[in-house]
Order: sequence, then structure tokens, then C-alpha cells
Amino acid sequence: MIQLAWLIPVIPLAAFAAIIFFGPKLKSNAAYVAIAAIVSSFLISAGIGYEWFFVHHAQAAANFYADWIPTGTSVLRIGFGVDSLTIMMLFVVTIVSMMVQIFSIGYMHGDPRYPRFFAYLSLFTAAMLSLIIANTILLMYISWELVGLTSYLLIGFWFEKPEAMRAAKKAFLVTRVGDVGFFLGLLLLYLNTGTVELAGIFKQVELLKIPQVHIPALGFVASIILGIMAYGLAGAVLKGTKRLPVAIFAGLAIFGAAFMLIPHGPVQMSLAAVASLLLFWGAVGKSAQFPLHVWLPDAMQGPTPVSALIHAATMVAAGVYLVARMYPLFHVDMTALNVVAVVGAFTAVFAATMGIVMNDIKQVLAYSTISQLGYMMMGLGVGGYTAGLFHLMTHAYFKANLFLGSGSVIHGTGTQDMRQMGGLYKKMPYTFWTFVIATAALAGLPGFAGFFSKDEILLAAYHWHGGKMVFYAGVAGAFLTAFYMTRLLAMTFFGEPKDKEIHAHESSKVMVIPLMVLASLSILAGYVGLPWNNIFSHYISFGHGEHEFSWAVVAMGTGAGLFGIAFASLIWIWPVFRFASLKPALGWVQTLLANKYYMDDIYDIVIIRPLMISTRAMFAFDRWVIDYVIVNGTGWITLQLSTLWAIFDRYVVDGIVNLVGELTKRGGYALRYVQTGIVQQYALILVVCVVLIGWYFVLLR
Amino acid sequence: MPPVTWYLYVSAALFALGLFGIMTRRNAIAMLMSIELMLNAANINLVAFSGYLRGHTLVGQIFALFVIAIAAAESAVGLAIIINVYRTVKHIDADDINLMKW
Repeated sequence: MIQLAWLIPVIPLAAFAAIIFFGPKLKSNAAYVAIAAIVSSFLISAGIGYEWFFVHHAQAAANFYADWIPTGTSVLRIGFGVDSLTIMMLFVVTIVSMMVQIFSIGYMHGDPRYPRFFAYLSLFTAAMLSLIIANTILLMYISWELVGLTSYLLIGFWFEKPEAMRAAKKAFLVTRVGDVGFFLGLLLLYLNTGTVELAGIFKQVELLKIPQVHIPALGFVASIILGIMAYGLAGAVLKGTKRLPVAIFAGLAIFGAAFMLIPHGPVQMSLAAVASLLLFWGAVGKSAQFPLHVWLPDAMQGPTPVSALIHAATMVAAGVYLVARMYPLFHVDMTALNVVAVVGAFTAVFAATMGIVMNDIKQVLAYSTISQLGYMMMGLGVGGYTAGLFHLMTHAYFKANLFLGSGSVIHGTGTQDMRQMGGLYKKMPYTFWTFVIATAALAGLPGFAGFFSKDEILLAAYHWHGGKMVFYAGVAGAFLTAFYMTRLLAMTFFGEPKDKEIHAHESSKVMVIPLMVLASLSILAGYVGLPWNNIFSHYISFGHGEHEFSWAVVAMGTGAGLFGIAFASLIWIWPVFRFASLKPALGWVQTLLANKYYMDDIYDIVIIRPLMISTRAMFAFDRWVIDYVIVNGTGWITLQLSTLWAIFDRYVVDGIVNLVGELTKRGGYALRYVQTGIVQQYALILVVCVVLIGWYFVLLR
Repeated sequence: MPPVTWYLYVSAALFALGLFGIMTRRNAIAMLMSIELMLNAANINLVAFSGYLRGHTLVGQIFALFVIAIAAAESAVGLAIIINVYRTVKHIDADDINLMKW
């Protein structure tokens, strides 16, 4: 059975091809084709999982290869492999994809491009599944790009909306920035190990350990980047006439300060660390980590099932999966893992704060996703390999549930703005209860899935060798998560309906049943990783065992969550604290958060505008210098010279030709009178000539 | 054996007769006959010189035989042309056969 794993991505791919080619004929049956494909993939995954755990007892990862591209000295191979991590991811992706596609039958009902939606979902699923079963980094990269492509297609699915179109472009370009890092890392690994197979690379990781990469002027580059960022931030925040000089001054000042403070001199790094960091840069793009997180909130312009499948449960987790998959490489040199931990922890808190102020239900969930992905990265970075992946799994279920629930809400109310919702718990009971379960799981309430995985991450962070900062960031993240999720629940489901125009209704069965399945998984998925009976870590672990279970950590994590819920309840459900009274003191915080820390504006000022200016300058250069002066000038000169040559040709060359012809003609006219037709005359001339010649020879010689 | 100059006199006279005939006669057949006279004058020359200058070779005689053969061929062609001209214009007056001039 295991050798049939290649079928898992191929079946949805076939469904994609079938729907793309026969979509207009299939009409609403397209959904059934796609769902049949994903169900088959799920069944094969289940069969493989059974065989892996009960026949092979999860021993010795199975790898299959085929020759693909013969190069000069070796052959690039393509292949797929199965191990416990693969099985776990297969279950996550197939189950979530299945639920999302069933949900989409209801959600996308009546859409003019209904078949195409399912075609794209199938293509995405195929790419994601092939990313999971790939055991060569090249195939991983290809699938990685394919999921990026389908993400682009699905974000821009309603491309009539200009925002959706822009969001799709933004998502594609920003993740592309990360993908370049992945590709460079891939090339670096291939150049130094001579293979793209993961097993082959991991066999040689010890060789990559030597610090042999010299990176000059890292401090200088960092200072420049900081200076530019400061310039951008000042430019984004400030208004008025002094904006530009102040921004330039701020940029220069920060640059100077950084230049003084950051130690200079070349940095020595091991190849493993450089390659890991490059791969992590790819993960930063795909998993929307700081500073490349800006695309994910905008990606919410896509249909909500897409947000659930791609931008919450699976594709954005691909970055985490990549780090986990390459963990033997990351683990050789701790530099990269430390970066992963710090970036993850920072993102977890950073994104969660923005989630607090958003009014669009999907935006809140988007920032929550970024934050939770940061959590997973943090877990992996602090050495909690199992914890990070465990959280990936539980998060996939409850976040898919939350997104589908929000989809149900949007479907029922026709708006995404939470300020227009309220009181939905009566009108949409199923959606409400499943939403509450998923929220509890996300907030980490005891007994729900997120509780177990979050505490494992916090436990790993607590024991990290690099200090306690990351742990506290995790606790803060837990608090913030509970806080904004309670706010979301309160604004959406509790209280009285704020907009009388909206007549909410519960969604159809086809949408509610996936919610129920995912809600039950949001509870049950946690029980594979109980601290005292951890089946999950038995199969998916790296290196030495788990940390000692600690009640203090659990208390802090859960306490933060409960406190967050209580605090938010006192603001939005039972308004003890009036938000309005806080406004004068915290107004600037809200401005900062609502503007997303000005990240979009900074990118606008620092990257997009200079890019546009230089592009326009190059366009003008092209237009005036290349096109006008060089190309048209050459043309004009050629034209003038040709005119000159034409005159020369006509009068001199042709003249000579005509002259020869004319001379011949005249000569012919002149000579034809000699031909009289009188034979005697010819004979007489002959005789006279002979006589003359004879006379000449006889007498004159 | 008479001296060679005698033969040359006869030959020259014959040649001059032929030349005169060519120049004066308008009848194409007469002109052809005059050409024969000139050719035979040349033959006499060849045979005479052959006998006198190189007594033991027959080069001149054989050359004369060739000339006779070629003269026969030439008059055959010439007569054929004349017959065709006669059939076309009903006379063989050389002065009036000038259709191909210019």
C-alpha cells in the first residue's frame, strides 16, 4: 500500500484536469468530482497510515525514487517517502480539504465560476499533498510554488473586485520574496551535497557543520536596513510639510546609531546555518512570519473556504512543515533554530496585538493565524519539534473550523463587519456552538485540543537554553489570543443584533456538518498528545525525549488564557470597563494597531514607491533614450543615407549600365549599313584586304 | 620537268579567272563554279609545291585530295541552298537576294 502513496496527490490532480476541461459540462457536479477525488486520497492515506503504524510499526521511513533529470555526472531523482510526519500531515490536509470542499458546496452555491473553484481547490490539494509526500527538496520546491500559484488563483477568485485582485498579487509577490530564499537554500544544499534527496542531504549534514561561510559587513547591511526602515516608519507616521526632512533625519540617525552599536567585522557561519536560514526565509514568506506577514490579512479577500483551507490550515503551515522536515539540517547548528524561535515568538505577539483591533471577522482570524504560526515556529525553534507539529495539527482543525464558521456567519448575514453583527447565537445555533468549541481550543481552555499543544510549546519554550523571553512572549500570546477571540465571539454572537437590516439565518446542512466534524476534531485531536500518554510524540519526535511535565507552565499558559477571556468579557460582554473611557489613554495604541504597525506603509514608502519611481525612470529611459534616440535615430540616419545611395544608384550605377547599352545600340545601328546583302561587295572587300595585307607583307617588310 | 613557276602561272591565272567570275557574275551557280576554279588553283599550287619542295612526301597531294572532297561537300550544300532560294523567290540572281540584310 505504501508504494501507492504517489496516488494521493495524483487523484486530486486528475480531478483538477477533469473539472478544468469538462467544467461547463459538469456544472454543479464538479463539486462531486473534486470531493470524490479527495475522499479517495483520504482513504488511501488512511490505508497507508494503517500499514505504516500497524504493519511497519513506524520503523524505517519508506522512500521510493525514480530517475528524473540526468545531469552531467549524476541523475536528479524524484521520489516520495512515507514516515509518521507525512502520515500526520496527510491526515490533516485530506480531512481539512474534504471538509472545506463539502462546505463549499453550500458556500459557493450559485457562483458563476463554481466548477473552476473546485478545480482550483483540487489543484491546491494535489500540490499540497505532493509537498507532503515529496522526499526530494526539488519536488518540495516545485509543490511549494504550485501551492503559491493556487493561493494566488484562489485569493483572486473574485477578480472582479479590485481589492481581491490586488490582494492576490500582493500575496503572490510577497511569498515570492520568501521563495527566492528557499530556492537559494536549495541550490546551496545541492551544490554542497550533490544531491536533492532529503535522506542524502541529512547523511551529509555533519560535513556542513564547519563554519566556512564568511559574511562580510553584516553589521553594515543591518544598519542600512534599520535606517531605511526608520525612514519608512517616520514617513508613514508623520503628516505635513516637514515629513520628508524628518524622515530622512530619522533614517540617518537610526542608521548612525545602529552603525555604532552593532559589532562589525565578518561573521563566520556554517553552511548548515546559512542553508537553514535561507530555507527559513522561504518559510517566513509562506507562513506569513514577520516581516513578510503582510500578505495574509489581505488574502482574506478570497472566498472564505479558501481562507480556511489555504490561509489557515494547510498552505501557511507549509512553512512550519518545511522547517520540521529539514529539522536535521536546522539542528546541526543552533543559529538558525534560535532565529526561528525569536522570529516565531515575536510574530506570535506582534500579530496577536493587531488581531485585537480589527473589525472584519476574517481579518481577526487572519492575524490569529499569523500569531499561531508564530507559535508553531517558536515551538520548533526552541527545540520542541513534537510540540510545534502537534500545534500545527490541532491548529489546522480548529482554525479551519473557525474560518468555516466565519464563512457560515458571512453566508448567513451577508457582511464581514463584526460591528454589524451581534446576537447571532440564537439565529445560528450550530455555527455558534461549533465556533465556541473552536474558540476554546484556540484559547487553550483545558480539555480542548489547543490546550495540550499550546502547553507543550510553552513547556519547550520554558526549557529553552536562550533565556525566558520567548516563554513570556508565548504566555503573552496566549493571553492576547484568548482576548481577541472573546472579543470576536462577543461582537459576533452575543448581545443584540446591531444592524436591523440583516436577517441572519442558519446555514444549510452541507455547511453545518463539516463544522461539526471539525469541532469534534478540535476537541479530540488533543487527546493523541496527552502529557502522561503522548502517542503523538511517540511517533513524531526528534532527538532526545520530552521535557518534564510542569504544572507551573500549564498554570501560567492556561491562566493567561482565562485571564484574557475574563478581561475581554468585562469589556465586551458585561461592560464593566467602558472602552470609550480608555480611548484618550490608549488612542495612540489603537491607531498604531489599526494601521498594522504601519508595515504596509513602510513597505509602500521603502520598497514600492522607489520601485515605481525607478520603473518609471527606466520606462522613460526606454522610451526616450533607447526607443527615440537610439532606435529611431538609427532608423532616421539609415533612411537619409539610403536616400543618398538611391541618388548615387540611380544616376551613377544605372547611368553606367544605360551608357553601355546605349553605346552598343548606337554601334549596332551604325554598323548595320555595312551589311548590304550584295555578296560581290563582301568578296571585293575581302580581296582588297587580302591584297593590302599581302602588299604590306611583301613590300613593307 | 618544267620549273615550278610555270605551274604557279597556271595556278595564278586560274585563281584570277575564278576571282573575276565571283566578282562579275550575278548568277549564283556561276559564282559557285568560280569558287571551284579558285579551289582548283589552290590545289595546283599544293601539288606543285609538294612535288618540287619535298620530292618524296605526298603531303601536298593528300591535302589536295581533302580540298577536292571538301569542295564537293561545299558545292553540294551551296547547290541545296540555291535550289531552296530558287523555290522561294523564283530566280537565283545574287544581287536581288537581300532579304536578310539589316
